[in-house]
Formats: sequence, structure tokens, C-alpha cells
Amino acid sequence: MTLDPRDRGGPAQPLLSVSGLVKHFGGKGGLLGRGPVVRAVDGVDFAIAKGETLGVVGESGCGKSTTARLLMQINRPDAGDIVFDGEKLGTRALDLKTYRRQVQMVFQDSYASLNPRLTIEETVAFGPKAHGLSAGAALARAHDLLRRVGLEPRRFGGRYPHEVSGGQRQRVNIARALALEPRLLILDEAVSALDKSVEAQVLNLLDDLKRDFGLTYMFISHDLNVVRFMSDRVMVMYLGKIAEIGPADDILKAPRHPYTAALLASQPSTDPAARIEEAPLTGDPPNPINPPPGCRFHTRCRFAADLCRTREPGLDPVAPSHLAACHMAVEGSGHPQAPTLPMAA
Amino acid sequence: MILFILKRIGYAAPVALGVSLVCFLLVHLAPGDPLSAILPVDATAEMQAQMRAAYGFDKPLPVQYGIWLWKVLHGDLGNSIATGRPVLAEVSRAVGNSLILAASATLIGFTFGTFFGFVAGYARDSWLDRVASAVAVFGVSVPHYWLGIVLVIIFSANLGWLPPTGAGPQGSGNWWPDLEHLRYLVLPAVTMSVIPMGVISRTVRALVGDILHQDFVQALRAKGLSEFGVFRHVVKNAAPTAIAIMGLQLGYLLGGSILVETVFAWPGTGFLLNAAIFQRDLPLLQGTILVLAMFFVTLNLLVDVVQTALDPRIERA
Amino acid sequence: MTTTLTPVEATASAPLPPVDLAEAAPVQAGRGYWGSVLSRLARDPVAMGAGIVILCIVLAAIFAPLIAPMDPFKGSMVRRLRHVGDATYWLGSDELGRDMLSRLLYAGRLSLFMGVLPVIIAFFIGSGLGILAGYAGGWVNTLIMRVVDVFFAFPSVLLAIALSGALGAGILNAIVSLTVVFVPQITRVAESVTVQIRGRDYVEAARVSGAHPVTVVRVQVLGNVLGPVFVYSTSLISVSMILASGLSFLGLGVKPPEPEWGLMLNTLRTAIYVNPLVAALPGVMIFLTSISFNLLSDGLRSAMEVRQ
Repeated sequence: MTLDPRDRGGPAQPLLSVSGLVKHFGGKGGLLGRGPVVRAVDGVDFAIAKGETLGVVGESGCGKSTTARLLMQINRPDAGDIVFDGEKLGTRALDLKTYRRQVQMVFQDSYASLNPRLTIEETVAFGPKAHGLSAGAALARAHDLLRRVGLEPRRFGGRYPHEVSGGQRQRVNIARALALEPRLLILDEAVSALDKSVEAQVLNLLDDLKRDFGLTYMFISHDLNVVRFMSDRVMVMYLGKIAEIGPADDILKAPRHPYTAALLASQPSTDPAARIEEAPLTGDPPNPINPPPGCRFHTRCRFAADLCRTREPGLDPVAPSHLAACHMAVEGSGHPQAPTLPMAA
Repeated sequence: MILFILKRIGYAAPVALGVSLVCFLLVHLAPGDPLSAILPVDATAEMQAQMRAAYGFDKPLPVQYGIWLWKVLHGDLGNSIATGRPVLAEVSRAVGNSLILAASATLIGFTFGTFFGFVAGYARDSWLDRVASAVAVFGVSVPHYWLGIVLVIIFSANLGWLPPTGAGPQGSGNWWPDLEHLRYLVLPAVTMSVIPMGVISRTVRALVGDILHQDFVQALRAKGLSEFGVFRHVVKNAAPTAIAIMGLQLGYLLGGSILVETVFAWPGTGFLLNAAIFQRDLPLLQGTILVLAMFFVTLNLLVDVVQTALDPRIERA
Repeated sequence: MTTTLTPVEATASAPLPPVDLAEAAPVQAGRGYWGSVLSRLARDPVAMGAGIVILCIVLAAIFAPLIAPMDPFKGSMVRRLRHVGDATYWLGSDELGRDMLSRLLYAGRLSLFMGVLPVIIAFFIGSGLGILAGYAGGWVNTLIMRVVDVFFAFPSVLLAIALSGALGAGILNAIVSLTVVFVPQITRVAESVTVQIRGRDYVEAARVSGAHPVTVVRVQVLGNVLGPVFVYSTSLISVSMILASGLSFLGLGVKPPEPEWGLMLNTLRTAIYVNPLVAALPGVMIFLTSISFNLLSDGLRSAMEVRQ
């Protein structure tokens, strides 16, 4: 990987680090008193290293999409800092416009994310033009990118979104995101709506683009198989908080949080013998308007002890660069199944 | 529910205040001096200034508005420049007549509108639907003042069945529920009813069509419920919206009766407005419009509350 | 978070048409979008018929000086109120002995002008205000929409007549009054469509590209909002025609001896016992124009609703 001229802190400095990110929706309105508050993202800290792919998994409503929207500043966080390559967002060193050039997003719904009244090349050229490129230069870049994502500009450039397939539309979305030459690409369920065969093609494309452009990915998906394929590290979210974060191999092979284990177990197996009879995860996640006290997962956890109902576990290291928010994973936490402290005396 | 009502009132109050401001400013929109109608042509500058001070027109606008609003809240809408009588008395006399007319028209329109709407909604895309829809388009497209003239031509001038103008015999200024007065009501009420008929029939057609296509109706049918039973469900689901539209139409008719009242010389608020405009009687114009608009705001509020009470699907948040 | 009204609530608090136009906002668009709408419209016989009627009325009004057999202002005291089918006056003559046919043709000019112009002006003002309110949100939205609410508290006929009455009779005042009546209605529709469009992913994608808000609105929002707002506006022309002629009928619009359908209807009221057919003729023209605009607008709406 060649060094990006925009690189500041070198490879050791995280490209993006987030601390204390909070977003609550609602709470306003209501003539007498305040309305209900949805704790969509409730204190999230993580970092993404340069050149890696961080996979983000969790059930719908766990806050993964909100996190993405906060990173994109589509919604403003209520609290928390976003630091991009050493510079804090919102300071003089990093204003919103500069930041947005470097962080772009690919949306889930390939149809809703393309303007039905613009041709594909117009959509891709919009960003560069808005950043001061001449119409001709912007169009040239659009054509270049369309070619890179596998769409022959002369055949596809003049078409409208409804005149191409879903996979092709998602390629357009990727081209649009790349048109501003970002360093970090947030992929929010970017392949979830595609057929399996098309999904594989787009995933391979993403892999190629990452290498060629030296990109960093935040890859959000509910599909663990896809995350396994794409990610270097994985972050598991539950009810607006991080349940577990660490190297993809560790997390997917030896999960330390029962929620991650349950997610893995609920993956349909291709081996009939390995199919399970009982659903490992039953019911819906609790209401984020009123999350349960203590560990947020205790209402659905098989191992829940009294401790879990009262004390909220912190996100603690459980293995090298592997953090989990579970009393069971922490030595001497008081949970019956927690590893016991080595006999000191 | 009480919280909901309070909330709606809280929402309607600033609107009502805005309405009063618009009514107040209407007078100041008028070109020339609001007093020009009562002042003699050769009035001296001193006389003009005296009159202006007497009516309070010499004070700055916000002060004038404050004084005016204070009086309005105490039921004083000023005096008519033309007759010298209190505006409120004039308006309340006329409003009863207008209400009779608008309510009868709404009732007729609602009856025929729901009938045509149900027929069209049930028989979607058949010839019956097309006929009913044509009637609805007629209702919303016909210039009702012209329809009034045509009805007078047919039923008064040619057939001589019904009186062409007025609210009662010998120019009776007040409508009274007897047979003689009823004859006077027929033509203007029918004329006016075509608008709500068209609007209600279109709405009901869409409603019935939607409800019939919903899953729960299919389920009821599959369950073996009789057509009449299904019909009852459709009525129950369409009623809140249809009644809401009816309430709003009553408000529109009351406010929009001026053209029909002019055609039939019906002694209501429209007739009063007409007189106020042509005699440039601005306090009367202002007062009448304020009363009609406030009536409409109140009606909107009522419709909202009633509809919410009737329809469990609307959240009472 | 934005609060959304249920459709039922929306119909109750706003005199929007029964069919929610914002919902009719087509997601389908693209190459020859308007072309495909027009071709669907062309296959709708009712809409086409209405369109042809409007075209004829408009052309007749424009070319009235060429078509009209007589001078619309020149009367004859001895040939008043001739009947329809008269050898000289094909459609009879009015209360001052002027040729009805010629006057009806000429009258179309003012009637159409006064009926259509307010909607056109209101379309531009209302779209602008609605898009501003819908896209900017926050206090800008609150300010604009609360003012709109106040104007919605007046039934349209009352508002038009109140304003005309206060401003005084005249063509310009009538046009101003009618414009004021329609601006809030169009603003409300434009606002609700804009709010919907603003939440679409492609608008957010454009916003996160760092483009200036004006550029985002111009490129990404405008084209998707104006279509549905335009269709809604066409549905107002019918009401506007009736109201404009109504104002003249009351003596608040055009002044005699200028020919205008509403005013002619008024001056001929005295003739309903003598020559009812002639007295009713101007109203027939208003009705024909109004219903044609309504049917064309309905056709346009369903042509846009169809999804490919």
C-alpha cells in the first residue's frame, strides 16, 4: 500500500477513532413533559486502523446504522468525539467539508439512494462538481469510476437508475462514494439487498477497490458470513452499545459474549447434521426506549445471574486486542461462570 | 383524550390569533381612507382628523390592533358605518340564516355524496362507477352560482313551482321552519349541495375502494361473513373520515355562501358581506369575516376531536 | 424526528384532495419520464377530450378578433335579447343588443387570464416557500407553515372575496386575491413532498458529499418535487376559474362593458324570464372550462401514478 499524501500520523495512528458517541432520539415535544427517548447509540468507543476492514454486526435496531449516520454527520451526535487521522472533527484543523471528502458512505437501498431523475453519470459526477471540478472534468472522473466498478460508461452512463439491475445500481452507489476520493468508506448493509451471486461479485469488487485505492472500510451487515469474508476485525453491537470487539477470527471462532455466540449459533448451517432444533436467540431485543438495567442482554441471556441484572459490565479486555462487555469473561467479576482468579495466596 | 383536546386547543389558539390579525389588517389593505365612505366629500381636514381620532385611526397600528382585539374579546365588533348598528347584532342575525342554508346543503350533499360514493366504490370500474364519478366531477366543477340561475330558470321562471329569491314570504328576514319557508329553502340549498356532494362522493369512493381491498375484508369474506356484514365493516371504517369531511364542508359552505346567497337574495352572512363590500362598510366586512373564520377554526377543532374519538386508529398523542 | 400525520388526519386538517398527492409522487422516473406520462395520457380518452376542449377554448380566445363575427362592444337597442339560432346573432344577443357569440369568444380572454394566472403565480411562490420550509426545517419551517395554517383557517371563497372586497374591484386586485388564496395550498403540498424527498437516501448522499444546500436542492430535490406539485396545481385551475368568474359575477373583478363570462352572467340575470337560454350561456362556458381542467388534471394524476 502506497502512503496516502493526506496521511498524517502514519500507519500506527488510527484512521478514525470514536469516543463516547451518544445519540438519543425524541425526548422533545409533548405539551406536558417530555416524550419517550430512544437510546439509539448510548456511549460507543472504537477505532478503525488504516487499511483495515471493521465489520459491524447486530440485530436490527442495535444502533449500527445510527452509528454510521453519526459518523457521516447525517445526524449530529448528542455527545462524543470523532477523531479522524489525529484531528478532531469540528476543530479548525478538520472542518466538516474536508472530513466529508475523506469519509463516504454506500447506502443499503440501491434504488432509494439514487435520484430517479438523474442519469448514472450525472449522479456520480455530482460530488466532484460540487467540490469545484468543471463539468467536463467531473464527467471524465465519473466515466473513469464507472469503468472501475465494472460499468462501461458508454453503455451505462446515460441510463437512469430504473434502467439497470440492482447489482449495477449498487456499483453506481460505490462509484459515487469513491468520486470524492475518500479514505474511509462506510458500507451500511451495502450488499444485503442483492442476490447471492450478485452479492459475491460486489464483494469481490469491494475487495479489489480497497486494494487499488488504499481504502479503509467500515462494513455493516447483519450477515455474519459476509462479515467473516470481509473483515479484519469485528464489532458486535447490542441495544446501542458495543457487546464485543476484536479480531475477526477470535470473535467468530471463540466468542466471549453470549450474544455473539447466540448470533453465530443462529446462522443456518449448510450441514444438516449440524442444524439445531432450538432457536438460540428468542424474542426481539428489548425496547431501546427503556433498556433493561444492568447488562442490557440479561433478559435474553441463558447465563444471566443476579449480578447481570444489577451491574452493567464494562467493555474489558479478555484476550489480546479483544474486548467484551460480559461479566462471564472477566476474571473475578463475581459471576458464577466467570473464570476464577489464579490462586494468589 | 382530555390531554389531546387541550393540545389541539393549544394548537388552534395561535391560528385564531393569526386569523384575527389578518381580519384586522384587511381594513388597512383597503385603498384610501376607511372613513371615506361616511365623510362628506367636502369634509375639511379638521373634520377628517376629528373623525379619525373618534374611530382611533390616529394611533399606531399595533396599538390599534391591541385595542381592537380587546374589544373583540369582549364581544364588541364595532358599529356598522352604513347603519350605525353594532356589527355583532347584524352578524348574529345573518349567521342563523346562513347556518340553516349551509346545514341543509351539507345534509343533502352528504346523503347523495355517500350514496354515489358507495355505489362507485363498490362497483369500481363498472358503468355505475363511471356515472357516479361523473356526478362527482360535475359537483366539483360546476360554478354553483350559475347552477342556481339555471335552477331558478327551470323551477321558478318556467315551472313556477318554487320562489326564485328570498328566505320567506313578504321578504321575511328570518327563516322559520314551516312549510312556506321550506319552499324558499329548496333551491338555494340544492344549489349549494353540489359541492359537498362532489367532494364527499369522491372521498367515499376512494375510502370504500381502499377498505374493500384491505386484507381484513378479504379475511371476513373468506370467513363466510355475509355481504351485509362486510358492508357494515366498510361503513364503520369509512365513517370517521366521511364525517370529518362533512364537518369541514359545512365550514366551507358557511364561509363560501356569498355567491349563492347573492343569487337567491338570501338574507345571510354572504348577503351581508356583499352589502358591506359595496357600501365600503369596513367594520361590517371585518366583523363578518372574523366571525365566519372563527367559526371555521372552531369547526376544524371539533372535527379533529370528534374524528379522533370515533377512530381508534388515530393516536391521541 | 419529524412527526408524520396519518393520512386520515391529513385529510381532516387540510382541504387537500382526497387522493394524497404526496403519495402519488412517482418513484419511477427516468428517460422520457414526462414522455411516458404524456403517452399514457394520450391513451386516456376522457383526458384527451378535455384537453382538446381546453385547446379549442384557448385558441378561440386568442383568435377572437379573427373568428368573432361582430364587434363585442357594439350593441343595438332595437335588437336586444335575440334568441339562440337567430339568423344574424347565432347565439342570440345580450341585454344591450350585443352579439353573444362574439362576446363569449372575447370573454374567454379575460376569464382564462384571470383564472389561470393566479395559479401560475401561486405555483412559483408556493413551490419556493414549500421547498424552503420542507428542506430547511426547524424554525424556518415553523414560521412558514404557521402562517400557512392561518390562511387555511379561511375558506377559500371567503378569503378571495374578503381580500377583493378590501382591495376594491379590479382585474389586478382579483388576481392578487386569488393568488393569495392558492399560495398556502400549494405551499402545503410542496412542503410535504419536499419533506418526503429530503429523507430519501440520494438526498442524504448528496448532502454528505459536502455540496452546498442550494446545489443539493437544485439538482436533487427540485425535479422530484415540482412534478407532483405541478399536478396538484393543475387541479386548482378549475376552482380558480370558478372563483375568478365568481368575483366578476359579484362585481369585484372585471368592470363593464368588458366581456367576461362571470360578469356577463351577472348582467344577463335580468333576462332569465325573457330569454333564459342566452342568460345561461356564459355559465356554460365557465362550466365547460372548469370541468375540462378538472378532467385533464385527473388524467394527468393517474398517468403519473402508474408505475412501470
